[in-house]
Amino acid sequence: MTAAPLELEAIPAQRRERGRFRELVRRHPTVAIGLAILAMMVLVAVLAPYLATVDPQALSPVHRLRFPSQANWFGTDNLGRDVYSRVIYGARVSLWVGFWVAFFSTAIGLAIGLVTGFSRPVDAVVMRIMDGLMSIPPVLLAIALMALTRASTGNVILSITISQVPQVTRLVRGVVLSLREQPFVEAAIAVGTGFFKTLGRHILPNTIAPLLVQGTYICASAMITEAILSFIGAGTPPNIPSWGNIMAEGRSLFQVAYYVVLFPAAFLSITVLAVNLVGDGLRDALDPRLARRM
Amino acid sequence: MLAYIVRRLIATIPVMAVVAIFVFSLLYIAPGDPAAIIAGDLATTQDIARIHHQLGLDEPFLVRFGKWAWDVLHGDLGISIATNLPVSRLIQQRLEPTAALTVSTLIVSLTLAMPVGVLAAWRAGTWIDRAVMGFAVLGFSIPSFVLAYILILIFAVELDWLPVQGYASITGGLGPFLQHLVLPSTALGLIYAALIARITRASMLEVLSQDYIRTAHAKGLSSRNVLIGHALKNAAVPIATIIGIGIALLIGGVIVTETVFAIPGIGRLTVDAISRRDYPTIQGVILLFSAAYVIVNLLVDLSYTVLDPRVRY
Repeated sequence: MTAAPLELEAIPAQRRERGRFRELVRRHPTVAIGLAILAMMVLVAVLAPYLATVDPQALSPVHRLRFPSQANWFGTDNLGRDVYSRVIYGARVSLWVGFWVAFFSTAIGLAIGLVTGFSRPVDAVVMRIMDGLMSIPPVLLAIALMALTRASTGNVILSITISQVPQVTRLVRGVVLSLREQPFVEAAIAVGTGFFKTLGRHILPNTIAPLLVQGTYICASAMITEAILSFIGAGTPPNIPSWGNIMAEGRSLFQVAYYVVLFPAAFLSITVLAVNLVGDGLRDALDPRLARRM
Repeated sequence: MLAYIVRRLIATIPVMAVVAIFVFSLLYIAPGDPAAIIAGDLATTQDIARIHHQLGLDEPFLVRFGKWAWDVLHGDLGISIATNLPVSRLIQQRLEPTAALTVSTLIVSLTLAMPVGVLAAWRAGTWIDRAVMGFAVLGFSIPSFVLAYILILIFAVELDWLPVQGYASITGGLGPFLQHLVLPSTALGLIYAALIARITRASMLEVLSQDYIRTAHAKGLSSRNVLIGHALKNAAVPIATIIGIGIALLIGGVIVTETVFAIPGIGRLTVDAISRRDYPTIQGVILLFSAAYVIVNLLVDLSYTVLDPRVRY
C-alpha cells in the first residue's frame, strides 16, 4: 500500500470538518457573532500599543475629568489619564485572565476528575474536600485567597482557578462514572485493553465536548470575577489598567464623571456576552439533547 | 421523612468541617504576625513571645484548630484585628442591611423570573420566547455592578427618582427603607432572574411535552389552569435546585452591590476587612456565608418532598 489512498481519505475528512463548521455557524448565527466580537477584542488587546492614543498611565492633571471629546474619546479620569487608552489596555488583562483560568481549571479538574472517577478510596477523600470547597461561594473563595497573597495578575488567575476546579472535577467525575458503565468501555476492558489505552481512547475523547462548553463558561465567569476582585481592591494591582481597576477608580466620582465607569463596563459586558454566545452555541452543537431542553 | 432530615443534617457536618479547616488555615498561613501587630512598634521580642503564649499562637496546628473550632461552635468568632471588637458583634451589627438586600432581591427575581420563564415555554419559538432568552443571556453576561451603575445613572442621577446610594433601616420607616432598596435589589435581582428564568423555561418545556398536559387540555381546562396547576407544579424541582445553587452567585453579588451602593452590610464588612487584612473578620464572614449557602441548599433538598410528592425518602 502506498500513501495515496490515505491522502484521498484525508481530503473529504477535512472538507467535512469545514462543512460542519459552516453548518454550525448557519444554524447558530450567535456563535458567529460571538466569535467575531471575541476576535475583535483579541485584536484590540494585541494591538493595544498602536490603538491607544497616549500612554495609559500618563498623568495630565491639567486635563483631568474631561468629558469624552475629539481629543479623549472616552474622556479622562481624575488624574487626567486617557480613559480610552486605559480601556484598550484593559482588554489584555481580562482576556488573559479569562483564557488561563479556563485552561488551568479544566486541565486540573480533568486530572483530578479522572483519578476520582477511577479510584474509590481517592474519590471518597477528594470529593469530600471538593464538596467543602464548593460550599464556599466562588467569588468569596477567590477573595479569601487574594487576601492571603500579593496583588498580581498571576495570583488573580490562581485564585479564580482554585475556585473553579471543584465544579470541573465534579463534571469530569460524572462523565467518567457514567462512561465506565457503558458497554463499549466494558467491552474494551473485557478484550484486555490496557488501562491507559482505555483512558486515552474511550474516556478522554468523551470528556472533551462537555469540558469545552464548561471551559467557555468558566472563561466568562473568570472575566467577571477578575473585574469584581479588582473593583473591590483585591485583584489586579492598581498600576495595571484592568477594566475592574478603571471602574474602581471611577467609583467615587461616578456622579460627575460616569463615563470613567461606563466605558470599561460596556467593554467587559460585551466581551463576556461574546464568550457566553460562543459557549451556548458550542453546547447546542455538541449536545443536541441538552440543546432542545435549554 | 424525619430520618431523612437527620441524615441530611449529618451529611452537612463533613462539608462544614472542610470549610472550617480551610477557613482556619487561612489565618494560619496568612502573612504577618498578629502578636506583633497587637504588641505595637515599641515591643521587644519578649513582649511578642508573651503575647504569642497568651493567644496560644505557640501551640501546634491541630490544638489551635480544636480550640478555634470549639469557640466558633459557641458563637465566638475571635477578635477583629482592625477594630478590636468581637467579629460576631461586627457581623450582628451588619446583618440587617444584608438580610434586607437578599430578601428583596429574591422577591424581585422570583416574581420576575417565574412568570417570564413560564411564558417563554408556553410561547416557545415565538418572539416572546426569543426576547426572554435574549434577556437571559444578557443577564448572564452583564456583571451586577455594571447594571447597578446603569440603573443609578438613569434613575438616581438623571431622573432623580431614587437615592444614589446608602441604606435606611426599616426602624426609620418603610418609605425610605424601600426607596433605598429598589435599585440595589433590582440590579442584583435581574442577574439572578436571568438564571432562574432560563431554567424555568427549560423545565417547563420538558413538562409541556408530556401526555398528561395534552390530557389536561383535552378535558377542557383553561390554559392558565394547565400552566400553573399541572405544568409549573411538575417543573418545580429543577427550579428549586437552581434557586439553591444560585445563592452562591447571589452572595458574590451582594458583596459587590453593597460596595456600589455604600450599604453598610456584611459584604461591605468583607471588603473593608480585606483592605485592612483583618483575617479574623474575613474568616467569620466566609464561615457565615458558607453556612448560609449550605443551609439554603439543605432546605431546597427538603422542599423536594413538598414540591413533588413522588419523592420519598
